[in-house]
Formats: sequence, structure tokens, C-alpha cells
Amino acid sequence: MDKSQAFLQCANCKKILFSIEFEQNLRVCPHCGHHHRLPAKLRIDLTFDEGSFQELDTDLRSIDPLSFPEYEEKRKGAEAKTGTFDSIISGSARIDDNPVSIAVADFTFMGGSMGSVAGEKITRTLERAAEHGMPAIVFCASGGARMQEGLLSLMQMAKTTAAAARCAEVGVPYIAVFTDPTMAGVLASYASIADIIIAEPKALVGFAGARVAKQAGVSKVPDDFQTAEFVFKHGMLDRIVPRKEMRSTLSTLVKTLGGNLRTELIKEDVPHG
Amino acid sequence: MAKNFDEWNRPLKELEDGIDKLKDFAKKETNPAKKTDLESKIDELEKRRDNYIEVMFQRLGPWEKVLVARAPKRPYTLDYISAIFTDFVELQGDRRGFTDNAIIGGPAMLDGKPVMVVGHQKGRNIQERQFRNFGMAKPEGYRKAIRLFDMAERFRMPVISFVDTPAADPGVESESRGISEAIAAGMFKMFELTVPTVAIVIGEGGSGGAIGIAASNRVLMLEHSVYSVIPPEGCAAILWRMPERGADAATALKLTAEHALQLGIIDEIVKEPKGGAHRDPLEASQIVKSAITRHLAELTPLAPGEIKNERYEKFRKMGIFEVA
Repeated sequence: MDKSQAFLQCANCKKILFSIEFEQNLRVCPHCGHHHRLPAKLRIDLTFDEGSFQELDTDLRSIDPLSFPEYEEKRKGAEAKTGTFDSIISGSARIDDNPVSIAVADFTFMGGSMGSVAGEKITRTLERAAEHGMPAIVFCASGGARMQEGLLSLMQMAKTTAAAARCAEVGVPYIAVFTDPTMAGVLASYASIADIIIAEPKALVGFAGARVAKQAGVSKVPDDFQTAEFVFKHGMLDRIVPRKEMRSTLSTLVKTLGGNLRTELIKEDVPHG
Repeated sequence: MAKNFDEWNRPLKELEDGIDKLKDFAKKETNPAKKTDLESKIDELEKRRDNYIEVMFQRLGPWEKVLVARAPKRPYTLDYISAIFTDFVELQGDRRGFTDNAIIGGPAMLDGKPVMVVGHQKGRNIQERQFRNFGMAKPEGYRKAIRLFDMAERFRMPVISFVDTPAADPGVESESRGISEAIAAGMFKMFELTVPTVAIVIGEGGSGGAIGIAASNRVLMLEHSVYSVIPPEGCAAILWRMPERGADAATALKLTAEHALQLGIIDEIVKEPKGGAHRDPLEASQIVKSAITRHLAELTPLAPGEIKNERYEKFRKMGIFEVA
């Protein structure tokens, strides 16, 4: 989707769309309702109070601890493409004036995969929420754990889950939003143990990616397999929320679930980058 | 590259079959001179066998470790349970409508002290393998484990996890019942526990399926076990679209116990009997038992809150990155 072009094509129904209209519609196709993926920065702008986002953890850089084939090249390519250093942007923001600790994943950075840096940023996001008594909101978009960091990536599943347990222990609400796609190691860790789980319509949500599942002998699957709707039907989601209602839904939940947090602590203690 | 353990193990198997045959001949031989001759030949072959094992197992490559970790005769969780614990009673059911046979567990006594044991269980023949779903647990397996973790907390029992799974079950049923949530909830529960927890990877530590019962205070690995973020064949399928390049993926993934120790993921490599745990399951069990009791002895004196914090801090440190 090149911004400079006046027209573009819907990735789903292939109809031709006006760029301006498409952007005004939050990159949702006006014809078929397909929710196109959003870059993390744009997601933040669309969701939280204008100018309220303070990015944190900007100094974390992935390295190549396993000397994994082509990892350096892939990561450098992703850095050049996205202008960011990893698949997660984290920090603090406000939603209708209420402070929140947030992390937003960017699928365009190596499939949103979780290595040491992404795991650390999610962990810090949840720890800041627990420490400062502000609700946590995490937008997920990931193919899963980052293979190229091997076991270190697997351990990020445990680390991030531990941080979510800490939020639960101190009574700070944690909301996860599944956007397209939310898979594998991310789904099987911090994403699935949030207090509230919301998904965007038609988002791919599942445990085993197609190639891995095929390798394990999974063949016949239902038509809606691994969609937000399938997962919702099976009781694994609270709600499927269209993008245009996302901000107001999150805001309301922050207001209600976060209503008993000690507000004096929140106002003084919001960390700044 | 051998595709499975039996193929890889063929030279050794042939050597041992030869030794067995000669022993048969020697038993039947009546001529004393010929008998002595046969016996010295047997002696020589046994030395060759020992030497072969010594050399082979000193320098197992990552893929060879995968094959050994998957060896059909390797001791499984139930073998360790019967050798290490007494009074084990297997408990079943997730209390949500389902039962699972790939994760087993229940209370037992370890040297006269109560513990809760949980582990993946594989099968040895075709029927058993199907019954155990090849050691791939469905959501109900993790939910049963969570029940047992809760019970362990209530009755102040340390939790011992035996890890041996290729992966969690990736099928339609598992997705329908929330396999991802079940794994995440397993870890979440483990982080809430205030009793000591020790996990040991005895064969395959297969990604989420493994960590779902292994977010423990201490994590140990048997010398020839493997622990990986993704099965090597799955990694090869994603990286090169060639699942048959599992051996290359195994090398790239650094899935051996030595690497896990170097990366700060595990606390100890537990030595196996010569030639691997499958050659002497009883000795392997004794070594595993002493490692478990040693770590429990270190954890038991800690206050409940400390045990929980120690676990948090342990996993909190995991990850390697730079600060610019």
C-alpha cells in the first residue's frame, strides 16, 4: 500500500479503493470490511490520546546469540524497512486521560516475532503497569517466537507470562488485543492470559502455523479454522471488536476495570522516556 | 544423515548382535581350545563396542542428540517414576470434560517426603504411541497439570516435572479447546506457586509443549536430551521449506544441553550412563533422583515468598540483547 498513490486494492476483495477514504476508514475496506494490518506507530495514533504516547525501552537492540543462519541480514533488512529496532514498540500513553502502559507489535518487523528484545519490552510493559498501578494494553501481531534466537525466544514466553502473573497479583488489569496474526509462541504465552482478550475481525489466531501443522500431520481443518471468529466461538475471546470501536471499547474497560486503582499513585508516577 | 535412532544405531546394533551370536556359539562349544578362542574374540569385540560407545557419545552432534533423545528404548516418565518414587497414584481428568494421556501426574513420596509429579508420557509400541498421542498433550493435559499444581500448593508439596514431548498437539481439537491458553495458563500457574519446583528434560523438550510444565525454580537437562523453540523439522519447513533438512536446523537451533547451559537457560546437565540413559535406565534413574533431591534440598529451606521470587528473578534474567 503505497501512500503516494491515490488508489489501492483491497487485499481481500481486490476492489479498488480511494487511498484517502481507506485511511479515513482506519484501513478497513469499506466494501468487505477487511481489516488491513497497521504499522505500530499508526496503531498508537489511532488508539490513544493525541500526543500522549511516550516511547520507552528505545535503547534495546537484538543481537545474534546463536549465530543463526541469515539472522543478521534479516534483522538489518527489517530495521531498514520499518525504521525501528524490533517488533514491539512500548511505552506509556493515555486513553481518555487515563494512563496506560502499552506495547504494540509490528508484524512487518520479521513477522512480529518474539526474541529477547520483544520479550523484554513486553515484560517491562507489564512490570511498569504493576509497579505504577496503571492498566496494561498490549496489541499482539506475531507469527510466534523468533526461531533465530532459539531457546532464548522460548524463555521469553515464560518471562512475559511471569510478568502478567505479577499484574494479576497486584490487581492491575491487563488487556490483550489480537490483531492479524496472533500465533504460536505469542498466543501460547502473554497473549492468552490477559484479563480481557479482544480480537479484530478475521484476525488469524492459532497455535501451530500452517507449515508446522502440516509437518505434524494436521490435514482437514474447518473453513474458519484459526480465525478470530473460530476462537471466539470456542470461548477463548471476550469480544471481537471492529477497529472503529476499538478505542472506545478499550477506554471503557480501562475506566471500569481500572476504576479502583490508586489514582494518586498513577498521576505522580507515570514514567517518561 | 540418519533419519531415526534405529538407523543411526545400526552399526552398534550389528556389533552387539554379533557378540550375542558368538556368545551363543561359545555356550554350545565343547572343545575347550575352541571355546577359549571364541571367548577371547568376544572379549575383543566387547572392547571394540565399549570403545565405539565411548567415542560416539563423546561427540554427539546436535542431530544425533535429537535421535538419541527420541530413542524408543529411552526411559520415559513412568520409568523414572517407578524407579525414583514410591506410593505414586496417577490422577486423571481436567474437570472440564476431558482427559489426556500424554501428560500424566499425581502425588508420590520421594525418600519419605510427599511430592507432586507431572510429566509427558510417550509410548513404545504402536498402540501405546497412539494412546499417548506420541507424547503430544492436548489442552486437557495442561489443565490437569494445573489442577495438580494447585493441589501441590494447597498441600505444600514440591512439584517435579519430567519433560519429554515433541510438541503440544497442534490438531483441530486442541485449537478448539484452546491449546495456547492451556500452555500459557500452565506457566502462569507455575509462577504463582510458593512451593519448590524442579523440572528435568529427559528426552525431547519440544517448545511450548515443554515450557507449559517447566517454568520451574530449577530446570535440568539430561546430557543427551534436547530443548528447542521449535521441532527441527518444523524449523526446516519454515526456513527452507524442506522439513527433511532437520539436521541442519538442529545445528542452527543450538538445542543441546550444553548450549542451554551456556545460554543461561538451565541450571545443570545431568550426566547419563555410558552410551545413553537407554543402555541403563536404572542407573539413569538413580542419577536423576540424586540431582532432583539435591536441588530440592537447596530450595526447601527458603520461605514460600522467596521461592516464588527466586523463580521470577531466574526467568526475568533470560534473554540476550544489547543496550545502545
